[in-house]
Amino acid sequence: MDFLKPFIEVYTPDHLKFLLQGFLVTLKVAAISIVLSFIIGAIVGTLRYAKIPVLSQILAVLVEILRNLPLLLIIFFTYFALPELGIEMEITTAAIAALTVFESAMLSEIIRSGLNSIEKGQTEAGRSSGLSYVQTLRYIVLPQALRRMVPPIVSQFISLLKDTSLAVVIALPDLLHNGQIIYAQKESYVAPVFIIVALMYFIVNYALSLAARRLELKQS
Amino acid sequence: MDFSVLTNNMDAFLEGFKTTIIASLIALVCSFILGTLIAVMRIAPLKALNWIGTVYVEFIRNIPVLVIVFFTYLAFTFSGMTAGTIGLTVYTASFIAEAIRAGIMSVPKGQMEAARSSGLSYGQAMRFVILPQAIKIVIPPLGNQFINLVKNSSLLGIVAGGDLMYQGDLVNAKTFAYVDTYVFVALFYLVLTIPLSFGVGYLEKRLARSN
Repeated sequence: MDFLKPFIEVYTPDHLKFLLQGFLVTLKVAAISIVLSFIIGAIVGTLRYAKIPVLSQILAVLVEILRNLPLLLIIFFTYFALPELGIEMEITTAAIAALTVFESAMLSEIIRSGLNSIEKGQTEAGRSSGLSYVQTLRYIVLPQALRRMVPPIVSQFISLLKDTSLAVVIALPDLLHNGQIIYAQKESYVAPVFIIVALMYFIVNYALSLAARRLELKQS
Repeated sequence: MDFSVLTNNMDAFLEGFKTTIIASLIALVCSFILGTLIAVMRIAPLKALNWIGTVYVEFIRNIPVLVIVFFTYLAFTFSGMTAGTIGLTVYTASFIAEAIRAGIMSVPKGQMEAARSSGLSYGQAMRFVILPQAIKIVIPPLGNQFINLVKNSSLLGIVAGGDLMYQGDLVNAKTFAYVDTYVFVALFYLVLTIPLSFGVGYLEKRLARSN
């Protein structure tokens, strides 16, 4: 029963509390980034859908660059390179900023393609019944598009929650980081720590993906 | 923009670029094989296999890839590059399995029934009738997974895997020119990912037209 010993040593109330504290940081950073990137992504996606000259093109280039870069690079850049340009942020803010910038680009693409998937006739009908462009967008196109966008948006949120773990590279005291502190004590702690850390991420993400699937079923 | 950061460290950047490409390619091939296996397990007419496949996919794709990479690096005595590539493979396989499963499910049921009733075994029907048709539908999502793989390969940098990200950090430690170094690292990544994402977009459009 020797192999059980590290498990018993790791799964103490103190360690579990410490891990949960880290998980709360993960959830907090993820939640703030989700809200911010949803707002920015919705604005950028809608502006690109509206095809406003110049602005749409600039946004298109920005979005293409950002979503084709590794998030890790954006996190490093935000925390280590931006101070060179006079922008200094503490760890949590830097993590939220980097996540928000990257996920906004991803979400704006989901929102833009959701809007594009609504038949042109809907806009034309809205416009010809006397609604302005913005009214048509707001009352006709968006409500239909939103329903289609929900599943991909939720899976993007799951990605974001998982991606939060990358912020350990700038020492954000999140779940993975606190796990690292525990397994740094003893080599045999590695497996027990990773099992519990993986389970914590899994439970929340799996619940989210089940919710997304139910929404999908409800629609169809 | 100080181009001497690039020119003075060209060897390091190219070395990292090469490692990023090699790691991504190896992980792509391996996760394609593993992903196909898991997809077939999930739809095979055997409850135990279904269950193993489902547990693999649901568990792996709901945990961060960094957790997997760290685990393979720390729990086994692999080098950073090997551990990173294995971690990427394990993670990506779950997404590829889902893409392939969706592709297989989109082939009408009659195809399997016809193949089976003309005397092919389940394995033969899968291999010669279903998979060749499914692969067409699966190619665009596979392309997207490859782009993700290239981006995720940057995690090798965290476990000293010698990739672009890692070499970039070495250059940083030498030059302290963080902005310049990261911009050049970014350009190297974009050289890989932008053409890939245009390619995937083109394939998606062509496929939508052919349907």
